[in-house]
Amino acid sequence: MKIQRCKGMRDLSPAEMTAFHLVEGICRDICSGWGYKEVRTPTIEYLHLFTSAGTLTPGMLGKVYSFLDWDGWSGERVVLRPDGTIPVARLYTESLQGELARLFYTTNIFIFEEAGEKTRERWRCSTELIGAGSATAEVELIALSLEVLKKLGLKGVELRLSHAGLIKALLVKLGLSPEEQSRMFGRILDGDNKVLAEVSRESPEVGNTLKPFLSLKGQSPGFLRNQKALLARNMLEIRQYLDEFLKTVDLLDELGVKYQINIASGAGFEYYTGIIFQLFIGKEKVGGGGRYDALIPSMGGGDVPASGFALYLDRLMDLVKAESFVKAVPERVLVRAKSGGAVKEAFKAADKLREAGYVAEIDLDGKKSDARWIIEVQSEAPKFTLIDAETKKKTEASTVNEVLKRLEGEGGD
Amino acid sequence: MAIKIALPKGRLLRKTAAMLQKAGWGLDEYTSNMGFYRPKSQKFPDVLIRVFHEKDIPIQIAMGNYDMGICCLDWIEELLVKYPSSDLVKVQDLMYGGGALYIAAASLPEDLRQNGTPVRIASEYPNLAEAFALRKRMSRFSIFPVWGAAEAYPPENADMVLVSAKAGAELAGYGMVPVNRMLDFSAFLIANKNSWETKNLDKLVTSICDTLAEVEKKAVVEEEIGAAEISARKRAGKTAGDTVRLALPDGHQQQPTVNLLNRAGIGIDDYPSETGNRRPRINIDGIMVKVIRPQDMPLQVANGNFDLAVTGRDWLTEHLDQFPSSPVKELLDLKSSKVRIVAVVSRELQVEDTGGLRQLIAAREESFRVASEYVNIADKYARDNHLGQYRVIPTWGATEAFLPEDADLLIENTETGRTIARHNLKIIDTLFESTGCLIGNTDSVSAAKGKRIEAVVKRLRAVVEDN
Repeated sequence: MKIQRCKGMRDLSPAEMTAFHLVEGICRDICSGWGYKEVRTPTIEYLHLFTSAGTLTPGMLGKVYSFLDWDGWSGERVVLRPDGTIPVARLYTESLQGELARLFYTTNIFIFEEAGEKTRERWRCSTELIGAGSATAEVELIALSLEVLKKLGLKGVELRLSHAGLIKALLVKLGLSPEEQSRMFGRILDGDNKVLAEVSRESPEVGNTLKPFLSLKGQSPGFLRNQKALLARNMLEIRQYLDEFLKTVDLLDELGVKYQINIASGAGFEYYTGIIFQLFIGKEKVGGGGRYDALIPSMGGGDVPASGFALYLDRLMDLVKAESFVKAVPERVLVRAKSGGAVKEAFKAADKLREAGYVAEIDLDGKKSDARWIIEVQSEAPKFTLIDAETKKKTEASTVNEVLKRLEGEGGD
Repeated sequence: MAIKIALPKGRLLRKTAAMLQKAGWGLDEYTSNMGFYRPKSQKFPDVLIRVFHEKDIPIQIAMGNYDMGICCLDWIEELLVKYPSSDLVKVQDLMYGGGALYIAAASLPEDLRQNGTPVRIASEYPNLAEAFALRKRMSRFSIFPVWGAAEAYPPENADMVLVSAKAGAELAGYGMVPVNRMLDFSAFLIANKNSWETKNLDKLVTSICDTLAEVEKKAVVEEEIGAAEISARKRAGKTAGDTVRLALPDGHQQQPTVNLLNRAGIGIDDYPSETGNRRPRINIDGIMVKVIRPQDMPLQVANGNFDLAVTGRDWLTEHLDQFPSSPVKELLDLKSSKVRIVAVVSRELQVEDTGGLRQLIAAREESFRVASEYVNIADKYARDNHLGQYRVIPTWGATEAFLPEDADLLIENTETGRTIARHNLKIIDTLFESTGCLIGNTDSVSAAKGKRIEAVVKRLRAVVEDN
């Protein structure tokens, strides 16, 4: 019988873990630098945390891993965390209320994907900024996410902006029933960027006015101002959202951040209420975020604005050239006991080598090693023989300190 | 390889038998009172036919144990809604056995989302019920999967049910209004995807489709949902907080239960009921009785829907094996309806005990299949006995039909062992002995209620101990 991992799940090899830690480490360093603190939430949560209206779209809820756990006799289901933001909002509501919380975390999320070709367990480096609801807060998150990508050495990053409040107001304007509005909004968030164009065709009067807004891609606050001049007169409802959007875009402009405004592509989560931003490298989405002012109130946490973003760790791992970040890795030394009586000495020698900053491996029955140096240890003098694994040159020594001196001398050249 | 067909028992049997008769299959034993599950066809002597509970058929087809089968669309959708990538092809609507699935409630809820308290939905179709709740954006809900009698639950024990009915009006008889007509169904011919792509099933399909030529699908009747009035008589009043809610079993457990109650001097009207009344009257004040499936009782006692229930230790064990933290416990052994829960294999198998089973499993490539109505007991048995890589196949009765082709081991109940012997099977292990028992909830109840419960238990204990 062949043993294999569960369908759709992913192992991370030592090489992949190097890239993983590299990305995670840069996120951690930068987030810490901006005053964010790390949190971690459990893998299992109640399903109802995610089913409340305005948290996950039905499309996403259809893909959560939900089941009855050992306490399931009450009929209440639990899930493997399908999203990172909602549990962190819960954590905030449960134990951090009232504070301005700058939080970051690395987490796995579980989303069923039918074919099992894409991985069903995905890794995210995320931040949440809870308790602040200004354009400055949004721009802080955007700048922070761009800084991480820059530090990772990634080129050609594209920032796309949309606005959930604006999309919702437009759906109302298009004369859809509330049920249809929420269905359309769901489709847009699930990444279907043709929806708005489709429905606006059905309502030609409004549709014509909206056409440039939905089909063009703005690259400056001017675009929004132009649209505002055109729309605000007969669409008062959307003015508020346009103004909000403008504030953020103006600020981004001042900071010299390049972006593209594309209202129709608002992929994200149903809990978004304001700006939605997505990060692309070429055709690949590497992250995204947005404002979610209704989430904390829906959990009974009071009227607390919030926003956040997630970077797709799995994709970044593939894009980042880990080699270019290689730090001075300590040299590897293999310590081999020549006889049973010398094992204790070998362990002691390895300890000393580690203290001195080397990676010291104990030789296990002559198994192959890629160590740069080999030290043979025996009970009788000369106790230590240092072998250069490349040149096979041997040097004898009677103490570990002597060996260390030799190593330093050799390593110096 | 022989073509394998799965045919339904139960509600579809009569009409399916008539249809296959018309198709000239010439089946020898496919009648409602049969005890065997292996009919043979004169027209297609090489085809292997098995009879299953209808609910098992989509699973058997999707797993590839059978090439084709007949069952209603409701059970197909119940599988597909949870497992959309199942290898199942809907071949042909057979246009009989029609009905619809309704979401129904005792009164029309104002807002299905009802933020705050969980909405309780009882159903034989838990997957479809969950899909409904998610689609309606209910923020918090509990699904009670039941073996049957879902219509008896509202309003006290569930806020809604998902049930099948011929028409929405049928629900009024249970004091409920339809809230949503979720699915119209009829019998379907279904096939395994791989079988359909690779095997010659044409002769069988043709014979069945030929019978359909003259049948025309009846137009779906439009009906107004949610407008029906519920008769005040049927709508149950609110029960007082200290009323003891007692669940009594339906089916063949009814007679022993009546006998027990009578010997304890407890009178009960209309139980067993000829009209299907599930709310018989009992002559003790402060006690309300409902008749539900014994399989469903432990869960219902655990979640506080009932205070006392008469069920079997087998179903209590099944529940506790799934939910060890459940607050349900056995209050009294009623010493009735004694059965043994046993592990059963084909007589052809050279295995006499679980040790032999382990050796057999170690020597083979494929994973080991355990079929049982008691999914959690079977799972625990396989785990405790280290049966390697195993799969538990849930069944809804007629489990004997699974051996030897479609399962390797059964966990079954038996009174005499005769049915098992008749199917050329043998018992290799006895897990435990099960008798009727009275179960209750260990969570604290109000003092007044506690006293009432104690009084009932005392009266019944006196009878049992007297025996």
